Amino acid sequence: MSEMSASQQDAALQGTVGEGDQYLTFTLGDEEYGVDILRVQEIKGWSGATPIPNTPDYVKGVINMRGTIVPVIDLRERFGMPSREYTQFTVVVLVRVLGPGDKERIMGLVVDALSEVYGIPEDELRPPPEFGSIIRTDFIRGLAQVDEKMIIVLDADRLLAEEELATESV
Amino acid sequence: MGQFLQTFFEESFEGLQEMEAGLLALDSGDPDTETLHTIFRAAHSIKGGAGTFGLQALAGFTHHMETLLDRLREGRQAVTPEAVNLLLESVDCLRGMLEAAQDGGEADPEQAVALEKRLAALVAEGNDPSPVPDAPEPEGPQALPESHAVDSPAPGGWQIGFRPEPHLFMTGNDPLRLVEELSELGDVTAECHIGQLPAFGDLDPEQCHLSWTLTLQGGADEDAVREVFEWVEDDCELTISPLAPEGAEDEPPAAEGSPDAPEESTAAAAPDVDDEGDEAADAAVVSEAPAPSSAGHGDNGNQPPAPGAGGGNGQPRKPAAASSIRVNTDKIDALIDMVGELVITQSMLNQLGEDFSEDKLEQLRDGLGQLERNTRELQENVMRIRMVPISFAYARLPRIVHDLSDKLGKQVELKLEGEQTELDKTVMEKLIDPLVHLVRNSLDHGIEPPAQRRELGKPETGTLEIEAYHKGGYIVIEINDDGAGISRDKLLAKARAAGLLQAGEELPDEQVLDLIFHPGLSTAEKATDVSGRGVGMDVVKRNIRQLGGNINLRSQPGEGTQLTIHLPLTLSILDGQLFRVGDQVYIVPLVSIIESLQIQREKLSRVAGKAELYHWREGHLPVLRLRELFNEPDAGGELANGLMVVVEDDDRRVGLHVDELLGQQQVVIKSLEANYQRVTGFAGATILGDGTVALILDIAGLVDLAQAQRKPADAAAMRVATEEAHGEQTQ
Repeated sequence: MSEMSASQQDAALQGTVGEGDQYLTFTLGDEEYGVDILRVQEIKGWSGATPIPNTPDYVKGVINMRGTIVPVIDLRERFGMPSREYTQFTVVVLVRVLGPGDKERIMGLVVDALSEVYGIPEDELRPPPEFGSIIRTDFIRGLAQVDEKMIIVLDADRLLAEEELATESV
Repeated sequence: MGQFLQTFFEESFEGLQEMEAGLLALDSGDPDTETLHTIFRAAHSIKGGAGTFGLQALAGFTHHMETLLDRLREGRQAVTPEAVNLLLESVDCLRGMLEAAQDGGEADPEQAVALEKRLAALVAEGNDPSPVPDAPEPEGPQALPESHAVDSPAPGGWQIGFRPEPHLFMTGNDPLRLVEELSELGDVTAECHIGQLPAFGDLDPEQCHLSWTLTLQGGADEDAVREVFEWVEDDCELTISPLAPEGAEDEPPAAEGSPDAPEESTAAAAPDVDDEGDEAADAAVVSEAPAPSSAGHGDNGNQPPAPGAGGGNGQPRKPAAASSIRVNTDKIDALIDMVGELVITQSMLNQLGEDFSEDKLEQLRDGLGQLERNTRELQENVMRIRMVPISFAYARLPRIVHDLSDKLGKQVELKLEGEQTELDKTVMEKLIDPLVHLVRNSLDHGIEPPAQRRELGKPETGTLEIEAYHKGGYIVIEINDDGAGISRDKLLAKARAAGLLQAGEELPDEQVLDLIFHPGLSTAEKATDVSGRGVGMDVVKRNIRQLGGNINLRSQPGEGTQLTIHLPLTLSILDGQLFRVGDQVYIVPLVSIIESLQIQREKLSRVAGKAELYHWREGHLPVLRLRELFNEPDAGGELANGLMVVVEDDDRRVGLHVDELLGQQQVVIKSLEANYQRVTGFAGATILGDGTVALILDIAGLVDLAQAQRKPADAAAMRVATEEAHGEQTQ
């Protein structure tokens, strides 16, 4: 966690942060994803979760975040990517999302590793193509090109909405 | 504005409760002046608030009540049962109007208008037709001008000197509003004195430097004028002098036409505030039953009636949008102290940690001990914030007893004890309905009519005693009456008639009384509109079980009935049994556990080759393999010699096959829904001592889950077994 804040600071100092909204990026396999940094509540290393029986596999369970019970979702499995064993770099990004009825919730996302903080102006976000990414386009707010890399910016609220739909059908 | 409005409603409902309690106290025949003042003040605040928020109908109606109350408190009219009952009815009506206003609607005005007329009529009646020469009040026993029919010429007007203290604005009062209110009584000319106004540089705009001389024309009486200034009385110099001096000395003329000659009780309603009035009131209470006005109350379900809606309206009130809780300042102060201590402990530990060496181990241990103590105290005290005294639940009972005993022609004395016993606000709110139901039951079925009691050699007045106290982590509420008790024979006959028992089937004594909690049994010889609609004790029992408590009944025929309710103090903490399934720890609430046992092979059997049943206490329990339910590996293992926890929820009993029983501990219930969603089979989660999360089982949900997972035929077999298991236990 302290590593992360250090790298955030570094990013800010080195000027990699551009104009516009800031996004925290992380990797899943070779792809790099971003979420609005204002949505990020906390970042912690993976330290296990209490599984909830009879929920989809990508719901890893619930953890204790300072007294509240927070569900944790494996993004790889959520996106249908092959799962990977958790390592010391595996982190849980706790994000605030708006659930149904604009109720604020907190959800943990298990990702391979954290990457950077980028500033991406709104107008540089391009709408996602119909295909070309291994995930469904509903989760994607847009694509951005930063330093020769493509960042897939996620719509965190949609993740939860979709996730709920999925559990109901199970 | 919305938030103030909400506060106004909350305070008004509290005020109504106060009025009701006060009126009932009056009813007991002791017209205590202080009580009358309390009732009057409550009405006055409601009126003032309603006026401020533009709820004219409410303000108008309350004004009529206030007029009568004012006369009562000044002793110009005797406190008769009739007046008390009329006021009680008005309280109900007012509550209905407030509820309607809260929901943004309008109450049906008819009831209010009818009551207004009766209030005015009573006031008129109370006006002694023959003026008493030595009437102490110079203005005479006048009603306020608004109170119809009894208006009488008052002095030609008043001159009012109004010199507010400089801090008037701080009290939230606005002179302009007062003048406006005054101008409702007649034409007002205002003269403003600016002599006290300081130089501009010294002017403090938050202070009031002005004073006024107000001239009021018209026939308002002094009381009405004083009332306008009632709220600022202490913050100003007020002089009120009549414009035409001869007006004030005039004897009040007879209230026009009091055709119905005042009855015994009202005849004594002379304007003087002496013993005479008290005696008259005493006599009146004994002499006549105040039947006419009380008839409407008893049959209105547990809730106060909505205006215009007739009897039998048992609809619960819509809960207010946002609920708030009033916390005693002491509790908050205690919390602040405790947080202070916590901070000190924390900084002490911090210091210790900065240069820690082994020889400070003892200090560290002490510090951690202190931290633990602080934390525990803090937790207990935070819990206490949600705790409210049970007197809130008691508040409604005197009224119910009053109305019902009138209606049923019984004499009942209600004794409430342990009013300061505290319990969680949520628990209390859910306790009110069952409690009301039990009280009604006791009055309707328990306590006998006076004549019958006399024959039995009991005192004519029956006693209903409710006592609350803390015991362990529970609150215990005992409801005892000295009524007829429950007839076992009648109960058995009923059960046979309802087909719950076979003819000739006998039950052990203690199980007979349990029948009363069975759905569809009511022992009332004739169903009345008070109770005995066939729903009743089973609903009470279910409600109490939902709160994690239980209810016991003892009864001796002819001597009375004792009901004992045990309830947990709070819904957010439960006593749990921890156990292990696979690698995970789960929790089941201790109250739902009946027994934990080791599975014996010979008692196991199978239905349709799959559903497993266990022979237990003359019945068959379905066995739920939790490993299988939770999709753990090795789900199909051997059951024999395994551990089974027999649990009960509502009507169902099942055996849960678990891997290992761990300890028991109190756990704090956390919601899964807050950040995730409801999960079938789990009531919530908690955080264990090591910081990990453990799930709390929901028995009913688990059974559903198991049924959903099995094949239909299997599920049917299991359903039969669950019901059978339960049936054999209760019968």
